Amino acid sequence: MSLAEEIEKANETAVNRMMEAQALWVDIGEARKIIPGFKDMMLTHAGPPITWNKASGPLRGALIGAAILEGWANSPDEAIKLLERGEIVLKPNHELNAVGPMAGVISPSMPVIVVKDPKYGNYAYSNLNEGIGKVLRYGAYDKSVLDRLKWMHDELYPALKAAVDLIVKEKGGLDLKSIIAQALNMGDECHNRHMAATSLFINEVMEYLIKADLPKDQLLRVLSFMKNNTFTFLNFAMAAAKVFTLAGHNIKYSTIVTVMSRNGTEVGIWVSGLGNTWFTAPAPIPKGVFFPGFSQNDANPDIGDSAITETAGFGGFAMAAAPAIISWVGGTVDYALEITNKMYQITHTKHRYFKIPYLSFQGTPVGIDIRKVLKTGIEPTLNTGIAHKEPGVGQIGAGIVSIPMDLFKQALRKYAEVYGIT
Amino acid sequence: MSMDKRIHKLKVNDKNELNILNIGLEIFYNDLRKQGVNAIHVAWKPPVKLEKDIEDILSKVM
Repeated sequence: MSLAEEIEKANETAVNRMMEAQALWVDIGEARKIIPGFKDMMLTHAGPPITWNKASGPLRGALIGAAILEGWANSPDEAIKLLERGEIVLKPNHELNAVGPMAGVISPSMPVIVVKDPKYGNYAYSNLNEGIGKVLRYGAYDKSVLDRLKWMHDELYPALKAAVDLIVKEKGGLDLKSIIAQALNMGDECHNRHMAATSLFINEVMEYLIKADLPKDQLLRVLSFMKNNTFTFLNFAMAAAKVFTLAGHNIKYSTIVTVMSRNGTEVGIWVSGLGNTWFTAPAPIPKGVFFPGFSQNDANPDIGDSAITETAGFGGFAMAAAPAIISWVGGTVDYALEITNKMYQITHTKHRYFKIPYLSFQGTPVGIDIRKVLKTGIEPTLNTGIAHKEPGVGQIGAGIVSIPMDLFKQALRKYAEVYGIT
Repeated sequence: MSMDKRIHKLKVNDKNELNILNIGLEIFYNDLRKQGVNAIHVAWKPPVKLEKDIEDILSKVM
């Protein structure tokens, strides 16, 4: 078998596993108890590894807020001193099979959801979504942000725990893959639009929240919080995407991308056949639509683990399924269609289960192949939230961004070295 | 056949209508369509210029 044939076979295996993997929500618990390898005085974050001195404003803001939330510091100044001295360990979420949107900061006491793939035996984790605007993941950390996070721990988490325990008892877990597949047929692309997915999720969970016999006022606050945040499902979709891509990771010879993520300073990728080696480049600044009072000049370089959705074959790659997303990220409906069509040129195949109605129910583009990215010169395109470049402000808009070509060149050079291509 | 005659032959059919094949920038195709001109678009761009070592590796892995 020639090398090219060996690679094709490996890529077929990797992408087939990504498509066939399951994603069941099976548990929720504090990060330190649930995520293997999570330690006290550790904060995990989106994107490739980074140190405090290189962290951008929104990541710094989220780290400061998390340190105060954990009680390690009583003020931003105290938190900064701890972070400057390296007394708080920083680690990428992806290295613990976790994902978090935007800054993606997860602290030891934060509740995280557990998503299981019974087919290939993998587990993935994500925190809970806070909403949009002034929230920790966009670098805000004032009292309102920390109060919301405390409420999520004290009231939302126990309610969801009671519900998911009943779901697991009754049917083994909540099938997130079927929610994503259905939402793609209802106008979501499941990265920056979750109108349908969040509704479907609440429909599924409602029965179990009621069965859990929660106090009525708690139940109403929980339902109101989830209903009023259309991004409730984002973190579930991301954890599902992570467990899909884990199934395609570490396949010898495969040139398929299995992680694509940004920390606000750098963007990084993993390639299936190259294990957990990070390839990094400066993160680009997204172009998009801004909230009143903000402009492109305020935008931070791209940040977040949420590009795991595109890596798994939805999100920006399924833009043609979600014409209404244009009002959120900018552009035109034709442009959304063009993005999806272009992504077919750099991916291995069309998804077997995730379909786009407007394209006659054609499968979404899935399995980014570094060889095709380089050969075509087409960079993977995502849609994304935009954070203010200063810590403490929060979200200022949403837009579109492409992953730089340089990463794929680095990965191919490493691939040649590892596989002895001379 | 002179260049002028060849271009004339390509652009005009039996009914003396323009038929345009647009290659590259789609904006020209869109403008022609807005003016009611028969046109089809080919999404083409020049081949990507890559460093020699990348070209060499690609030739062995594709």
